[in-house]
Amino acid sequence: MDALGLYNYWIVIVLMMTGFYVVVSRGNLVKKIVGLNIFQTSMFILYISMGKVAGGTAPILAEGFETYSNPLPHVLILTAIVVGVATTALGLALVVRINEAYGTVEEDEIQLQDQEA
Amino acid sequence: MLLSFLAVIAIGILRLRNLFAVVMLSGIYSLLSAGLFVALDAVDVAFTEAAVGGGIATFLMLGTLALTTDREKLPEGRLQIIPLLIVVATGALLIYGTLDMPGYGDPTAPIHQHVAPRYLADAERETSVPNVVTAILASYRSFDTMGELAVIFTAGIGVMLLLGGARKRRGGPSGGPSGGPSGGPSGDASE
Repeated sequence: MDALGLYNYWIVIVLMMTGFYVVVSRGNLVKKIVGLNIFQTSMFILYISMGKVAGGTAPILAEGFETYSNPLPHVLILTAIVVGVATTALGLALVVRINEAYGTVEEDEIQLQDQEA
Repeated sequence: MLLSFLAVIAIGILRLRNLFAVVMLSGIYSLLSAGLFVALDAVDVAFTEAAVGGGIATFLMLGTLALTTDREKLPEGRLQIIPLLIVVATGALLIYGTLDMPGYGDPTAPIHQHVAPRYLADAERETSVPNVVTAILASYRSFDTMGELAVIFTAGIGVMLLLGGARKRRGGPSGGPSGGPSGGPSGDASE
């Protein structure tokens, strides 16, 4: 039970680290943003997992249900999802802008051009 | 279990070079996590994630690919060991941190003791909204939601400035691979 109880968190950490690895090891800016998204979603799963109550149901009050999962993480993550998309949009706009200025979205090529200039 | 499937997709994203496939996989990833949220009783989060994470984010990324390129350059192999070390070390540290966390679904966990019971007990009487998530989002924490709108508004303005301003300033044919002079000044201006 104990190991199974932490399984969710461990997968979340694996996902988080996969996203982190994509961000730090790949030079392509679009892929970096996808990596950031993976990281973000794993964070959401972490919060929602913490809010789950065994035997509970969705926090919509109704007759015949006594146990509800914790609604507070849900609210926080609703906000976080929308803010996450806003930052993704901003990041992608920066990528498009960088592509206009440099003609590439690869980090090392951008650095090369900067050194030449 | 859905979670393991998510991990498989994340590794697929890591391995693939074709950015179009990567973006599609990230859409699938969002949709799967939405399914997971339903399983974890977070229905509001699930449909937000499916619509916003799976829909709008994928759409934005496809737009970016259309404006840039959909092939990723092959990375040279030598730099990969340092990121891997950092990531494994961080992951090990985080797993060590989870060891004394309360188990999954444990109703006695500290998170369920403090504010949430009050919301569950009083939300319907105080706001007459049966969906507690909506009640908290729009009533108890409505200033939080207003701050969120400010963030979205700022991001929208940022995107408009970054993309709209650039087109107006150039005013000519779309810029090819940058020459030094056109890259330099416009880069400064946007900062």
